[in-house]
Amino acid sequence: MLSAPLNIGFDYTRSLGPVLGRFMAGLRDRRVLGSRSADGRIHVPPLEYDPATHAPLTDLVEVASTGTVLSWTWTDHPLEGQPLDRPFGWALIRLDGADTAMLHAVDAGTRDRMQTGMRVHIRWSPERTGHIRDIECFEPGSAAPVPPSADTGEPVTIMTTPIRLSYTHTTSTDESRYLRALAEGRLLGQRCPVCHKVYVPPRVCPADGVPTEEEVPVRDHGTVTTFCVVNVPFPGQRLDPPYVVAQILLDGADIPIPHFVIGDAGQVRMGMRVAAVWRPPEDWTTTPENIVHFRPTGEPDAPYESFEEHL
Amino acid sequence: MSTPRVAVVGFAQAPNLASAGTTSGVETLVPVFRQALANAGLDRRDVDFWCSGSSDYLAGRAFSFVNAVDAIGAYPPICESHVEMDAAWAFYEAYVKILAGEAETALVYGFGKSSAGLLRRVLALQLDPYVVAPLWPDSVSVAALQARLALDAGIITEKAMAEVAARSRADAADNPYAQVRGPVDTDAPYLADPLRVHDCAPVSDGAAALVLASGDCALAAPQRAWITGVAHRIDPQGLGERDLTTVPSATAAAEAAGLPDDLDVAELHAPFTHQELLLRAALGLRDRVRINPSGGALCGNPMFSAGLARIGAAAEQVMSGRARRALGHATSGPALQQNLICVLDAETHEAEGREAE
Amino acid sequence: MRAAVLGTGQTHHRTRRTDVSMAGLCREAIDRALADAGVDWSQIDAVVLGKAPDLFEGVMMPELFLADAIGAAGRPLLRVHTAGSVGGATANVATSLVRAGVHRRVLAVAFEKQSESNAMWALSIQPPFTAPIGAGAGGYFAPHIRAYIRRSHAPGHIGALVAVKDRRNGARNPYAHLRQPDITLESVQASKMLWDPIRYDETCPSSDGACAVVIGDQAAAEASTRKVAWIRATAMRTEPTFFAGKDHVNPRAGAEAARALWQAAGITDPLDQVDVAEIYVPFSWFEPMWLENLGFAEAGHGWKLVESGETALGGRLPVNPSGGVLCSNPIGASGMLRFAEAAMQVMGRAGEHQVAGARTALGHAYGGGSQFFSMWVVSDTAPASV
Repeated sequence: MLSAPLNIGFDYTRSLGPVLGRFMAGLRDRRVLGSRSADGRIHVPPLEYDPATHAPLTDLVEVASTGTVLSWTWTDHPLEGQPLDRPFGWALIRLDGADTAMLHAVDAGTRDRMQTGMRVHIRWSPERTGHIRDIECFEPGSAAPVPPSADTGEPVTIMTTPIRLSYTHTTSTDESRYLRALAEGRLLGQRCPVCHKVYVPPRVCPADGVPTEEEVPVRDHGTVTTFCVVNVPFPGQRLDPPYVVAQILLDGADIPIPHFVIGDAGQVRMGMRVAAVWRPPEDWTTTPENIVHFRPTGEPDAPYESFEEHL
Repeated sequence: MSTPRVAVVGFAQAPNLASAGTTSGVETLVPVFRQALANAGLDRRDVDFWCSGSSDYLAGRAFSFVNAVDAIGAYPPICESHVEMDAAWAFYEAYVKILAGEAETALVYGFGKSSAGLLRRVLALQLDPYVVAPLWPDSVSVAALQARLALDAGIITEKAMAEVAARSRADAADNPYAQVRGPVDTDAPYLADPLRVHDCAPVSDGAAALVLASGDCALAAPQRAWITGVAHRIDPQGLGERDLTTVPSATAAAEAAGLPDDLDVAELHAPFTHQELLLRAALGLRDRVRINPSGGALCGNPMFSAGLARIGAAAEQVMSGRARRALGHATSGPALQQNLICVLDAETHEAEGREAE
Repeated sequence: MRAAVLGTGQTHHRTRRTDVSMAGLCREAIDRALADAGVDWSQIDAVVLGKAPDLFEGVMMPELFLADAIGAAGRPLLRVHTAGSVGGATANVATSLVRAGVHRRVLAVAFEKQSESNAMWALSIQPPFTAPIGAGAGGYFAPHIRAYIRRSHAPGHIGALVAVKDRRNGARNPYAHLRQPDITLESVQASKMLWDPIRYDETCPSSDGACAVVIGDQAAAEASTRKVAWIRATAMRTEPTFFAGKDHVNPRAGAEAARALWQAAGITDPLDQVDVAEIYVPFSWFEPMWLENLGFAEAGHGWKLVESGETALGGRLPVNPSGGVLCSNPIGASGMLRFAEAAMQVMGRAGEHQVAGARTALGHAYGGGSQFFSMWVVSDTAPASV
């Protein structure tokens, strides 16, 4: 079965609201704020709503930048995005003055320096923007606190969080066979043993829930069943608008595929006959991108009744 | 309208493997559906309601569950729903649907290719997106913080954890679907101190399907395990907010489900050894209760179907006559945040749908 | 067992609600729903949360971290995801929990915070081995609209008529994202053609927003001091995204869901017996298409109800008096907004966009490639039997 990387990434913009906004503004100014719930407990990181009464929490109070490790573990091989790129400890840390613990990294150097009950203090990031990562990490010991910077007063409303993930995308054996045929310049369909419809690309028949089996060659000519003219730009586009995306019913197939129709674009119409335009054969690989787009053939239009069932 | 009696009448799963199947899950699900329905003596057209559990973040794509519908053969159209949770909660939705009289039969399924991404890093996205997830704490490290709290508090011991691993792997020897079997090396290196490799579930690809039926439909099935109590609860997530050595949501769910004290078997969804120990305490399970004869999640943990598979494994114990009364448990979220309890009986009794009363 | 909507709540919907966190957004809707229902937190037995893809917010199963803030801690919490229909499906799942006798009062909440990312990005992630035929959200549906026009011979201005109606309706709704009292047929037709045949003013906006409903059993409904909306029937149907012979214009799943819905509600002539409909219309042309799919009109004739003004306020079947999805589209919540607005109508609490004398209303949602459908019918009187 064929597989390939799928990488996704986006810089998420998190709006914070009143409580988290003040918390993040505090971090920027080297202050840690907690929220006080109705029972008098101080929550760090702050809760936005009281766990017992459900009322919004508005009373934020400052706690110390030193604290105690309640639990810990050790990371020998940090993962992408974690606070440190060398071995470090994760810890649940209760800051002095707080009643709850926060999770963060401890730059302890070696595992044997980590222990429950150890004292730690915040190492502030030199570049602070109002983000949880304004705390670069914690360090062992109760160092003299760094005085907070002068309150800049600028509220923090949004924090940006990049999320990058890497996956391996794996196709089915049927789809792999289809892709290998494409690498040879052939279009391969498969017929459902129940409804006898020909699917291209082959797949489990969505109507019957059984794998399609019998291989059926499909022609690289077909009929535009319907289409749209894309005039709007958006991220990830391959062509500059305007361009035509059509549903094309390939000769021999029972389900249309979407593709570009280029050439005579203003004349694209339902029923228009089109043919695939392939990349040069030396560029063929196991990808549908071997077909660059479709072009009008100039044949007479297919009658509406011939594709009416595929709208 | 009297409350219908509902039973599990069929279960099937795909082998738990380190890497298998497509990202979409469709090809894996087709034979699993076929087997589950065959066990239940039903045709797919007999299924009134389909319900699935999965997560887009396993595949790295929005709407990844949509494709899986293709495995059903959903034309003519079907009555169907989906939860972005372990399929154990899809099971709950289907159970309620039957109780409401809106269906008599249901097929519940879960699927996911856990190996498609780096699972323990992907799961960091379940944590608070403002103050925790931006640090990317991985799921094994989060579990380790919980384990140390329990060790430090003297609630569990490393020896007891190793015993859980050894028992699970020994039991998995008889489970053809298990991914991990064999002896435990108690000196294995730490994955995340104090968790060693055998304390942690493997990363598993897989799928599972379970068939439910009520009343006459259940009685007509070749075999059945009556559901006599189901409930689930969730705790706050804040890892430093709650006492991670207790599992209040599991305790509350057990109480709401009417967990009996004469269980023969319990299938607990504990992806880490210490979590089994915490769950046994939270549920008040006596020593005579046989825990995880399947080997449990420690020997195969396909995300989003492993919880459903615990219910399925418990039901198989009852349907095969090996147990008279069994518990299926599922968990979701970091550090046992959310828990579901399902009690299965060889015979019906009046306690069913207990939460309703 | 009977079930009723005890109260509804929604946020002010905007492109960016940068003034609130995700919890704050949900609570804005929840707190309004609880107040509208006249119930407090101790009376809520369970929470059901609905949302569209997690990639929109970049949080895997956000209900886990939200559990405390949305009042679910210590209670049962379900997370539903059925694509665009999810808001409706979430309300239907909550209804089942009540109808099954499992709970007395269930809080259902749905939200989307689209401004955390970009929905177009999230929806157009291109898996390997697929052709990069980017057409965008409207590009998916535009060919089907073209097919509808071809099939029904509808005049070209029908889509613009719907847009004018909905945007003007939205101007009566204080929560609507787009409020355009001065929009005209000419201005819609002069707006940019995005995905031919869909123009800019015929598309839904991208919104942050949330919606919540409190659903109760008969005892809870009878204990309410306020008017409730009795849930007469719910329905859900699904078909695959693509299959040979799929009818994208008039999908069978939608038609069968509607048929089951009307039958369960005892409605034989929907156009005659339903007073107002909140229908999921993200592109204006879907109004006539869904009118046919839902059985309000014969196939090919839905546009005539639009053209004759029957779907405007004051018409025979006002459709989307709230302004609908064309005015506010927090995707995961959009379906629940339709369901909640239907309930508001029969409770007589729809304010400036109230349909006078509305007693029976439809809430409708769909999602995916016109393949997931969820609906309910609510009325001001309890159903005779269940």
